[in-house]
Amino acid sequence: MSGAPEALAATFAPGARVKVRRAAPPGHLRTPWYIRGQVGEVERLCGAFANPEELAYNRPGVPRQPLYRVRFRQRELWPDYRGAAQDTIEIEIYQHWLEPAP
Amino acid sequence: MTADSHRHAHDHPTRADDDDRLTHWQAMEIALRELLIAKGIITADDVRGAVEAMDARSPAQGARVVARAWSDPAYKARLLADGTAAVSELGIDMATTRLLVVENRPGLHNLIVCTLCSCYPRMLLGLPPDWYKSRAYRSRAVREPRAVLREFGTTLADGVELRVHDSTADMRYLVLPERPAGTEGWSEDRLAALVSRDSMIGVTRPSA
Repeated sequence: MSGAPEALAATFAPGARVKVRRAAPPGHLRTPWYIRGQVGEVERLCGAFANPEELAYNRPGVPRQPLYRVRFRQRELWPDYRGAAQDTIEIEIYQHWLEPAP
Repeated sequence: MTADSHRHAHDHPTRADDDDRLTHWQAMEIALRELLIAKGIITADDVRGAVEAMDARSPAQGARVVARAWSDPAYKARLLADGTAAVSELGIDMATTRLLVVENRPGLHNLIVCTLCSCYPRMLLGLPPDWYKSRAYRSRAVREPRAVLREFGTTLADGVELRVHDSTADMRYLVLPERPAGTEGWSEDRLAALVSRDSMIGVTRPSA
């Protein structure tokens, strides 16, 4: 081992407001396009997992990335959403795609 | 049947075979498989056995889990707290993925989709249906989920929260439907027979 931590520390607690980075790097990504740039709330921390963006290219994917489930309001995602106001969507997002939101 | 006996008086279009030419990735799969077998790393029977095991998994596994949770409140609590551990009690191994069980209740309905590909709890439900992998389902389940549910015959009241789970990474999801009314005292086997694959994806609700 090089001394690098195997898993990064989680920086967001359940309930924290977070914004998904609006980025378009090349490669294998697990952050759907429609959620980038959106603001939601951390529902839970799922644990730390090898980074799939690295695994896809046969690299070890360490340090492992904290993975969160983040909850979004449908009406904020889609301005013309035709469901109920309380409808939500929850998505798994890795920590390096999240930044604090006011 | 000989070619002659198939001679018709009428013309009709023939349906194309779906394996009459290989895609790039099909050819790559065959090449890799043949190499692994030629080098003695795996055998043809290993591959056949793995396909057979994959095909043998069915929604009956998931239905067994749901019926147990309906029958045993302590099991249900364990299932919601740690799905992976709770299904292993019933001999179901989630391999490298983790299971999250989401519970339907009055005022909350859950729906599962994987917008990126076709992540699916195969250990519990077997192979996903074709529609689950379709672009139409994957895009519409997040964009207009109530319209999608209506097409499956499921109409949610306005007061119910619809929560869509986009299964994009390392978790796998199973919907725990509400136990239908009128099933008091039923055995787990009888309850399990009510639990369909679609109700565990969240596009329908079971009824007795």
